[in-house]
Amino acid sequence: MDFSFLFTNIVELTITGLAIGAVYSLVALGYTMVYGVLQLINFAHSEVFMYGTFAVAWVFVFLHGTVPVTQSLGSTIGLLVVALLAAMALSAAIALVIERVAYRPLLKRGAPRLMALISAIGASFALSELMGLRDRVVGWVGLRDNLDNYVSKARDTYSNPVTIQPDTVFHVGSYGVKNVDIMVIVAALLMMIALDQFVRRTRFGRGMRAVAQDPDSAALMGVNASRIVRGTFVLGGMMAGAAATLYMVKIGSTRQDSGFILGVKAFTAAVLGGIGNLRGALVGGLILGVAENYGAGIFGTQWKDVVSFVLLILILLVRPSGLLGESLGKARA
Amino acid sequence: MGVVRTYLDRMARRYAALPRPARLALIVLLVIFFYVLPLLRPPIITTEQIDFGGVMFGVAATALVAVGLNIVIGYAGLLDLGYIGFYLVGAYTTGVLTAYHFAWPFFLVLPLAVVVTMATGVLLGWPTLRVRGDYLAIVTLGFGEIIRLIVTNVGWLGAAAGIKDIPHPPNIGPAPKPPFDQGGLFSIPSLQWDGIIPSIDQGRDTRFLIFGALSAVPYYWLILTFLILILFADRLVKDSRVGRAWEATREDEDAAELMGVPTFRFKLLAFALGAAIGGLSGSLYASSQGGYINPQSFPLLLSILFVAAVIVGGAGSRWGAIVGGTLVAYLPERFREFADFRLLVFGLALMILPVYRPQGLLPPRRTIRARVAAKEIDQLEGRDDAQTEVL
Amino acid sequence: MAERARVLEVDDVTLRFGGLTALDSVSLHIDEGEILGMIGPNGAGKTTAFNVITGVYQPTSGAVRFEGQPLAGLKKHAITRRGIARTFQNIRLFNSMTALENVLVGADAHHSSGVLSALFRTSKHRREEDDGHERGMELLEFMGLTSRADELAANLSYGDQRRLEIARAMATGPKLLCLDEPAAGFNPQEKVQLMELIKRVRDRGYTVLLIEHDMRLVMGVTDRIVVLEFGKKIAEGTPAEIRDDPAVIAAYLGVDEDAS
Repeated sequence: MDFSFLFTNIVELTITGLAIGAVYSLVALGYTMVYGVLQLINFAHSEVFMYGTFAVAWVFVFLHGTVPVTQSLGSTIGLLVVALLAAMALSAAIALVIERVAYRPLLKRGAPRLMALISAIGASFALSELMGLRDRVVGWVGLRDNLDNYVSKARDTYSNPVTIQPDTVFHVGSYGVKNVDIMVIVAALLMMIALDQFVRRTRFGRGMRAVAQDPDSAALMGVNASRIVRGTFVLGGMMAGAAATLYMVKIGSTRQDSGFILGVKAFTAAVLGGIGNLRGALVGGLILGVAENYGAGIFGTQWKDVVSFVLLILILLVRPSGLLGESLGKARA
Repeated sequence: MGVVRTYLDRMARRYAALPRPARLALIVLLVIFFYVLPLLRPPIITTEQIDFGGVMFGVAATALVAVGLNIVIGYAGLLDLGYIGFYLVGAYTTGVLTAYHFAWPFFLVLPLAVVVTMATGVLLGWPTLRVRGDYLAIVTLGFGEIIRLIVTNVGWLGAAAGIKDIPHPPNIGPAPKPPFDQGGLFSIPSLQWDGIIPSIDQGRDTRFLIFGALSAVPYYWLILTFLILILFADRLVKDSRVGRAWEATREDEDAAELMGVPTFRFKLLAFALGAAIGGLSGSLYASSQGGYINPQSFPLLLSILFVAAVIVGGAGSRWGAIVGGTLVAYLPERFREFADFRLLVFGLALMILPVYRPQGLLPPRRTIRARVAAKEIDQLEGRDDAQTEVL
Repeated sequence: MAERARVLEVDDVTLRFGGLTALDSVSLHIDEGEILGMIGPNGAGKTTAFNVITGVYQPTSGAVRFEGQPLAGLKKHAITRRGIARTFQNIRLFNSMTALENVLVGADAHHSSGVLSALFRTSKHRREEDDGHERGMELLEFMGLTSRADELAANLSYGDQRRLEIARAMATGPKLLCLDEPAAGFNPQEKVQLMELIKRVRDRGYTVLLIEHDMRLVMGVTDRIVVLEFGKKIAEGTPAEIRDDPAVIAAYLGVDEDAS
């Protein structure tokens, strides 16, 4: 145990923790919204995120080529915006596919909830493997050579050719805060504020809250529940795409199994804050990111995940429905 | 798929209709068949690229795990995504006590491993079972990961390198004296098949009863024996006050509590018993042919696979758990030639199955009856509708 | 009439949820062998009072005593074993279990055989299974459900489900049986039959607390009535007294049209 390390590096650990926590929060939103509306754990949401990370890398390869370079954040920003849009689009599309293939047929038949979980697990495996076999898949349609830059070594780590060089913007104590971290945190917060406002103020958001509270009455009041469910998946997917972009800014590379552990973390964040609660996802993600960093600082990096799970268990023991409580509908009806 | 469904249902019903002695005879035959299966090496079923006895061991181990997890998920309705943790605890207890730090005998360590795992179950269940429903899923997932990280990072437990040279179960009969004397009491040959013509395969003997490197079949026999014992025990417990209390708790926890069921205690009991069975399976796995365990043998993904086995088979049905466990462990080995596409196909299968078989492959028998009744009601209502239309 | 033993005493109980006072200094008592009716308009706090008695809620202040012993701090299942059983306003049977199994769960409240007894089929296990089975079948017969014993609870008719809930509660061997609107959803004829049944339940030695919305029914079957309104007790007495109580007429009958 090394508390002096924690104290001397507390600013750095906090800022970088907030940055990774912001990514957790954005992914957690997808879990929380789907849970709020369907009361189901969308196990495949992690893959929605993973496809987003690939979209980002692909955009960079497409617009920049495969030659690795290191750039400052400022000169990359244009590419990043394109990548963000592409990631949001692909992630939303994947989320929609999951809803269409893994959920809708089951919900229509009134299958037990556990079965929906199995279906989602299946979707998660299939999507992840599909990415890991993408070289074969494009080979079947004869595009293997044309797309070599995008699909070769499908099971290895796939990197963004452009490494973003963090610059120090200002100092807190002796630590120079990096522009990349600031950008990640601010961008994530902006996305979340936008989503929160959207759910609070629009007709769709009202419909979503109504379905979350009571699907039957919502249907009676003329809310098109299946449209709402689809929209919820799309929104969650867009947030995951945004998270994927920020993740690639920070981490720079991805793999077909990158989604799994991040998904577990994000779901932990959602539960931590109170599942079904949008602001809970934000709070949960940020707390989780920071706590992990502190834990790694005190006990060593290998104990990082242990710290986050122990934290989750402790919080659930004290507050069984998460920090901010459950419910998408009730909290601000 | 629909054909399979009606066929399975019909088989289950026909079996239930048999007189008791006939059912008993059928079960005995089935048991014998499963004992000799790796020696029969029937075509199509047998895995050619990889030792069939070893595959059958893995199948039985997974089936045992599924039966244990079925108590937790199927009977008590607790979604445990971190069950792999108990499997790991059983394996590591065995590794540490028989090889890594001590050299205690196998048949002393086996029950100890079960007890240790059960205690772990109680310890983990005590705080977490107060958490409701879906939260339990993530908390157990977390615990599974914590346990794995602990063995990865604690040197006393072998850290990332794991534990090697875990002794095999003791032999029956004289010990083998290499290179010529294979030991054991007698030798059992295997069959080989030319199309549908069987013949004795001299090159593939199993010595009775040597737990060695030559044949994986004795390990399979050992775990199959435990599996059968556990199945009997499972049946006795399910068909008692305990089983009823679990089911009542699963159906409506508050109502069960108000009918005098101490629900927390029974949930903890389910958790502990499930853990014990997982530990048993893990312990047998550790002392199996390879005699080697490391943290990478226990990924969270395997935990998810166990859950899939239980639910695919039909949550709450012990035969369903066996079928599910068998499929999950066997199919990937059988179709090794498609190795790269195994997980993809498995994932797709998991997506397709719920659509056609929402209760799992072999749901608990009463669920079958409920469904039949519901169908009848539908039909009656349908007829009523038709009449109204005519009128 | 000789003074009968007090089965249950609710002593100045107040229950608040946040700012809302659900029960306001309610006191009442139930004597052994009587049928006490609890009535009041919707939202008067009947079910809440019920939940306090059966241990679902802990009162904010005041005490509930059962046979002279306080119930505070007891777990719900322990309260049931002490001798208070209940049914639910919205039926809550164990749907995947048969009618008999539902009753067996109730009978198990006083059994103690665990995993080991079950594994070794000890004499205790067999004795308890036999006892539960016997009691269960007897109760099903009493409720007229013998032929439905092997039917899944979910597949029973609505009326059978209501009766099965009562049987399940009786199987826990209670002193006090609390019925929460057992006649809800019944037609008038079924309601009358149910009230007859409740009288026979009492005649078997159970003390009954009956919540009912339909005033006329309660009048016919109860020995005494407590009237709640807005969480307060506004009247208590024999059915005849309640019928003529101006406060009740004003507060209750005036509001509820179908009771007049």
